[in-house]
Amino acid sequence: MRSPGVYFQEGNLACAEGAMAAGLGFFAGYPITPASEVMHHLARTLPATGGRFIQMEDEIGSMAAITGASWTGLKSMTSTSGPGFSLMMENLGYAYMTETPCVIVNVQRAGPSTGQATKPGTGDVMQSRFGSHGDYEMIALSPNSVQEMFDFTVRAFNLAERYRTPVVLLADAGIGHMREKFTIPEDIEIVERKKPKEGDREFFHTDEKDHVPPMPSFGEGRELLVTGSTHRGDGTRDTAGYDTQDKLVRRLKAKIDDNQQDIIDWEEDSVEDAELVVVSYGSMSRPARGAVKRARKDGLNVGFFRPKVMWPSPEERLKEIGKNSKILLAELSLRGYRMEVERCVGSEKMHVYDRLNSLPTIDMIYTKIKEVMG
Amino acid sequence: MITGKELREKYIRNQPTAFCPGCGDGMVLNGMSRAVENLGIERKDIVAVSGIGCAAWVVSPYWRVDTLHTTHGRAIPHAIGVKVGNKDLNVVVVSGDGDCVGIGGNHLIHACRNNIDLTVIMINNGLYAMTGGQVAPTTEHGEKTITTPYGNPSQGMDVAELVKAAGASHVARWTTYHMRELTKEVEYALEKKGLSFIEVITQCPTRTGKKDNLSTLEMLEWYKNNTSKNPEDGKITVGRSVDKERPEMADVIYEQIISAGGTLK
Repeated sequence: MRSPGVYFQEGNLACAEGAMAAGLGFFAGYPITPASEVMHHLARTLPATGGRFIQMEDEIGSMAAITGASWTGLKSMTSTSGPGFSLMMENLGYAYMTETPCVIVNVQRAGPSTGQATKPGTGDVMQSRFGSHGDYEMIALSPNSVQEMFDFTVRAFNLAERYRTPVVLLADAGIGHMREKFTIPEDIEIVERKKPKEGDREFFHTDEKDHVPPMPSFGEGRELLVTGSTHRGDGTRDTAGYDTQDKLVRRLKAKIDDNQQDIIDWEEDSVEDAELVVVSYGSMSRPARGAVKRARKDGLNVGFFRPKVMWPSPEERLKEIGKNSKILLAELSLRGYRMEVERCVGSEKMHVYDRLNSLPTIDMIYTKIKEVMG
Repeated sequence: MITGKELREKYIRNQPTAFCPGCGDGMVLNGMSRAVENLGIERKDIVAVSGIGCAAWVVSPYWRVDTLHTTHGRAIPHAIGVKVGNKDLNVVVVSGDGDCVGIGGNHLIHACRNNIDLTVIMINNGLYAMTGGQVAPTTEHGEKTITTPYGNPSQGMDVAELVKAAGASHVARWTTYHMRELTKEVEYALEKKGLSFIEVITQCPTRTGKKDNLSTLEMLEWYKNNTSKNPEDGKITVGRSVDKERPEMADVIYEQIISAGGTLK
């Protein structure tokens, strides 16, 4: 683990450093390009911080192991890419249902299926939100720099612990494998999970406004019932009752929905008076921003909008922007964030610059901006 | 000596259980509870992990310890997270044959290879009972089930041999006819460092019993007459088949943390 200071490193290493800075206690993973460097760095470095590292037999096992470890009171994480992320979907739903804080890093690559392992893509945006079965909500963050790989990994842990839920760090190969300067700050805000108070008996229900019940650990003599089946506040399951299902599934959803203002985050530039707003995220947002800067220098009325948190989406802000401006979504996939942006701004306002395999040049996006503006 | 009633009150919650009359799952629950009682292990020091199926209910909700009732076939990797997370806990996995060696077979193999300190109890009733009696990896060749109405075209798997080859440091097989031996075996498993695997061949009165027109008692008698501790007898071999020493993974991980200069989180 590195001391505070300035470093020149790749995104995956910054992610691993962010995890350790946040207090990572348990990592389980399975090798996959382009995410493996996260686990390489942790395998070497995590033990000296007192954290456990384990390579599992597959990504199903990795997701399971971090869930089990979280219940021993440790902050836990795994890292993967598309094919492994697909395998994690079932146990990601389990972690959500059991309100188990954990972080899943997906350094996205070009899919579908095996696709192109070393090439960036953002085709997993919808999967990160809807990939597991049933009604649920997910928090997913999208870094666009090595610095943000560090900062957002810390934030992913903080959100997971704060809201007692799995959080996805939705990076891509462009950021994971890019090298640039980043800073490990002296002071880092760290959030710890809410522990039970004396006399607390219900760990799967709360009347608190934030909808987050306290979380005990195994070994405290509480005879805990932790189950992915529909359960009451005390953990006992109810395999058929209407009220238990309704209450639980709605509370879990409300936990994310009602705390949206604390979770969502974006950056924007010159959006207010813009004729066209370029929306982009992840590695693609870098040339996209470059194209917007050039367009403004050339006197075109173009703004820039970048969601830092993909889910929950900055829905209200996108709707406002869509009222007055045309939208150009630039992304490294055909259907990454498109349906969500289109839902917010309307199809008549919506234009898309999509690209597969690799980042475009600033020129390529600029050409599209001029085309859309007529 | 604790009475049956006291044992039940101390170790079993949500009584009466939802198990069918004559089911072997309650017998295994009894054996596990007795083993813990005999050893004097505190319930707070046990975490029981299960997947999906009838056998999963043995620990959740019924066993009065910390429980993690997980997804189908994934009890073992969840349990590994618990054990590596806090190796002071006794981690027990109870899994059916379909859960343990069908959908979860790969995890079982690798847990044995790791020789992680888990006690894995596989309750083997030879089919998928909860979902309606479908063929399982343990169903005998030619056996008729609801998904093999013309006879099982596949072969039943000898799971005790599989885990032996995979590296478990303790392997045993018993049946619900052998409750005293089973209780002693669970005691041994809880104390044994490394992966302990106990297969318990168990009657399913609802599926097998109805299909083959056998009562629970007849099935238990069949276990009595068709098992032997001597492999030469040509019967189902019961008893302890593996008992060896191998490095245990959680221990090694903790040692590596200490030697790297870390203080355990």
